[in-house]
Amino acid sequence: MTVLTDLTIAGARDLLAAGDVSAVELARAHLAAMERHRGLNAFITETPERALELADASDRRRRTGDAGRLEGIPVAIKDLFCTKDIPTTAGSRILDGFRPFYESTVTAAMLREGAVMLGKTNLDEFAMGSSNLTSWYGPAINPWRARGDDKARVPGGSSGGSASAVAARMAMAATGTDTGGSIRQPAAFTGTVGLKPTYGRCSRLGIVAFASSLDQAGPLTRTVRDAAIMLGAMAGHDPLDSTSANEPLDGLEDTLEAGVDGMTIGIPEEYRVEGMPAVIDELWQRGIAWLEDAGATVREVSLPHTRFALPAYYIIAPAEASSNLARYDGVRYGLRFEGDDLVSMYERTRAEGFGAEVKRRILIGTYVLSEGYFDAYYLKAQKVRTRIADDFREAWTSVDALLTPTTPSAAFAADSPPDDPVSMYLNDVFTVPASLAGLPGISVPAGLDGDGLPLGLQVIARPFDEARLLRVARTIEEAAGFDAAPGNPT
Amino acid sequence: MKFDKDTVARVARLARIATGDAERQQLAGELSAIIEWIDTLGEVNTDDVEPMTGVGAMTLKWRRDEVTDGAAADDITANAPAAAEGCFVVPKIVE
Repeated sequence: MTVLTDLTIAGARDLLAAGDVSAVELARAHLAAMERHRGLNAFITETPERALELADASDRRRRTGDAGRLEGIPVAIKDLFCTKDIPTTAGSRILDGFRPFYESTVTAAMLREGAVMLGKTNLDEFAMGSSNLTSWYGPAINPWRARGDDKARVPGGSSGGSASAVAARMAMAATGTDTGGSIRQPAAFTGTVGLKPTYGRCSRLGIVAFASSLDQAGPLTRTVRDAAIMLGAMAGHDPLDSTSANEPLDGLEDTLEAGVDGMTIGIPEEYRVEGMPAVIDELWQRGIAWLEDAGATVREVSLPHTRFALPAYYIIAPAEASSNLARYDGVRYGLRFEGDDLVSMYERTRAEGFGAEVKRRILIGTYVLSEGYFDAYYLKAQKVRTRIADDFREAWTSVDALLTPTTPSAAFAADSPPDDPVSMYLNDVFTVPASLAGLPGISVPAGLDGDGLPLGLQVIARPFDEARLLRVARTIEEAAGFDAAPGNPT
Repeated sequence: MKFDKDTVARVARLARIATGDAERQQLAGELSAIIEWIDTLGEVNTDDVEPMTGVGAMTLKWRRDEVTDGAAADDITANAPAAAEGCFVVPKIVE
């Protein structure tokens, strides 16, 4: 018997088309899974009634012969996407009670394609984090456990609720956003596929802004093909986002199985960081062998400024965040704490409304943009960003894609995260460089570590070359044959 | 330390975030560690390097200067903690 929650989008699409299953049945099965796994705290807001309405409308549409790309597919939406009349929190107390009167361009496009929204998923506050521990609504939990250890593990972040929901089979797919690794890192931690498209592929309109020159929406799924299907529905030019790209994106699914024969894959030597666990290096070597066996030429490349990517990111992202988050002032939406005058009202509202990590980043951002420090920090970081982007441009003259690990470790225990901010930031050491350069990247589940926790490999490609990116990812997926699933998620 | 308590107080004021004394003390330590780590950027030679202000060589699109949206004051103020007659209500700022 088919377990409806184990279906991929591609599999469900066939059953729906054949009339073997209805969108309402799919929605009910996933809503039941959400109830069973409520302990994972993957959702901030569940929208079961809306899901059933959308599913019913989808079934009726299908009967008239009309079916979109995501027709009847139950999906979860990261709670950073504005959804009309449905609470949108960004994982922050300061947006308490906020109900947008508009729909983000990405979710509107998905709804037009027939998606059935199940609810809004948990995340690090304002998407700032790699653990989901900074959410005002409590941490989302990873459905995976280490062998012989029942400790709750983090699902990574910031799209941790989305990753947890997809891994635990509560949603067939979910949206995420990635600023420095927030789709790819949680995907690696939960044994799912996480795709960050080229900057500009998906409209940012209606996504709560963190760092505008880096933020990019993308899907979390259980297969590479499903990532291609989701991206097809999420991407597209939006005249209301001035950084939205107008580049064609068609036929991703058609070229998916084209393989890597004749491609050249680069291995960036600087990603062999000090203290990297042997299990990560072994996984990387296996990935190289898989691609060689499939006919690719693999060669070393140098990205000399790699180690400066994280510090540059931790100037640029907080600087942009300090500006973007200035809008939360207790006047237009969300929380207000009264003060003696206007300024003290602002100060109290922001002190009560923001959590510790968000405050740290606003303060760093304010500092590096302040008079006397702008050139030394912000301008310097922007110049280093140019050098990082140049490193990649140089690499593209000799290789078609890059292969790296996604993260330097597997998911850590929720009760013993890295104990200082900088150690936590190192989670994104392999994902941040591609973000700074605006490149597409994908994490594919590729194996388990010694404790039985999932690990991912990352592929990076040229701007707007998602087609090749997905071909490489599909080759790894097939060779890895990753079919492990989290044991008994609670 | 790069970030002493007074610097925290100054920056927190600029950022409009109220901080207590103990919090300023803790932030001074945390922010100093972050800034010291960031200072490794000094090792990169960036002479004659243009700052990267955005991704890709996008030129901003033009459109006619026409009203395409609007008349949504009620929608916009619906989420405000305090609103009246289509306006946001703030504490009195002029005596």
